[in-house]
Amino acid sequence: MSETLVLESVASASREKKYPDGEPYKSLSVRDVFRISESLHIHGRQVETAALENGVIPERYARNRKMLLPEEQATLLRSSVSVVGLGGLGGAVIEILARMGVGFLNLTDGDKFEDSNLNRQLLSNEKNLEQTKAGAALRRIKEINSSVEVSVHEEFVSHENMFRILGKPDVIVDCLDNIKTRFVLEKAAQKIGCAYVTAAVAGVSGHVTVIFPGDPGLEMLYGHPDEAPSKGAEAELGNLPPVVTLMVSLQCSEVARILLGGKSILKNRILAVDLTDNTFEVLELE
Amino acid sequence: MEKHIEIKLFATLSKFLPPDPDKFPISPGIKVRDVIRELKVPPEDVRIIFINSVRKDIDTVLQGGERVGIFPPLGGG
Repeated sequence: MSETLVLESVASASREKKYPDGEPYKSLSVRDVFRISESLHIHGRQVETAALENGVIPERYARNRKMLLPEEQATLLRSSVSVVGLGGLGGAVIEILARMGVGFLNLTDGDKFEDSNLNRQLLSNEKNLEQTKAGAALRRIKEINSSVEVSVHEEFVSHENMFRILGKPDVIVDCLDNIKTRFVLEKAAQKIGCAYVTAAVAGVSGHVTVIFPGDPGLEMLYGHPDEAPSKGAEAELGNLPPVVTLMVSLQCSEVARILLGGKSILKNRILAVDLTDNTFEVLELE
Repeated sequence: MEKHIEIKLFATLSKFLPPDPDKFPISPGIKVRDVIRELKVPPEDVRIIFINSVRKDIDTVLQGGERVGIFPPLGGG
């Protein structure tokens, strides 16, 4: 596909618009992204990236623009994130990352929805109970942003399959619901050499941290992997939804910061939250 | 001489909070381990200890005036 042809199509489809503050910009509608993508047989992601590289803002990202430069939005579209666990945390993480415009999402969960997921797992609904979480995730992303290239794995991550499943992402987001597998995922991230953004919840409490290769990591939170329990306080407390989506926001904020080359605020730190009294604390791990 | 610490217990541990957690009396020189025992927090439920917002181990000595936070393991997603 000739790059010139893509740019000509983008240029002729773009329209002058104004941001709410009056600043003018060139906009490309969702419908025009579809049309160009279909007529030139390229992915919507490629159309949007080409637009951004030439100062045209895909309208779906117009409200990102004052916070993200066009080249930063294009960087997100070229970025790859693996999300493991598609329950309370993961179901909302993928929603945010897809809307923000992260271009490649690799999604893994071997579980199916059950009634007790409905209080907090955004991907679950009354019609997809007993269906796979990975399937629901794929459908949801396609509905929200078809410019995102999605791969899904309907299986649980393990030492045996982790490298095949995870590929080589820029960031791994840990949305798992058990402690043992978190150590598996952390090890994979260390070997792949990418950032690992992990959150955990129980009751109305939660914490989030970012681990880079070489950091002491999860052992600082759970002790030695051999002595770590499989389940934590959530077995006794369950999970109320507000703290779940709060942790998701913090995870996604860190993911974007890392993808854009910024310094992670939560490296070797943990942001701990308790909504019984609205405690928010950033604690030093070393 | 009696001094005080501030105690914050997260998640399942909150049921072990003393009546006045912002002013918990201690004898200077005692360890976090002693406070945990006094509060009857099951030691196996203690995963992370923070003193003045920095992670510390269970044998850290307290002098009074510290803020002590204790987490059980959280694993839910």
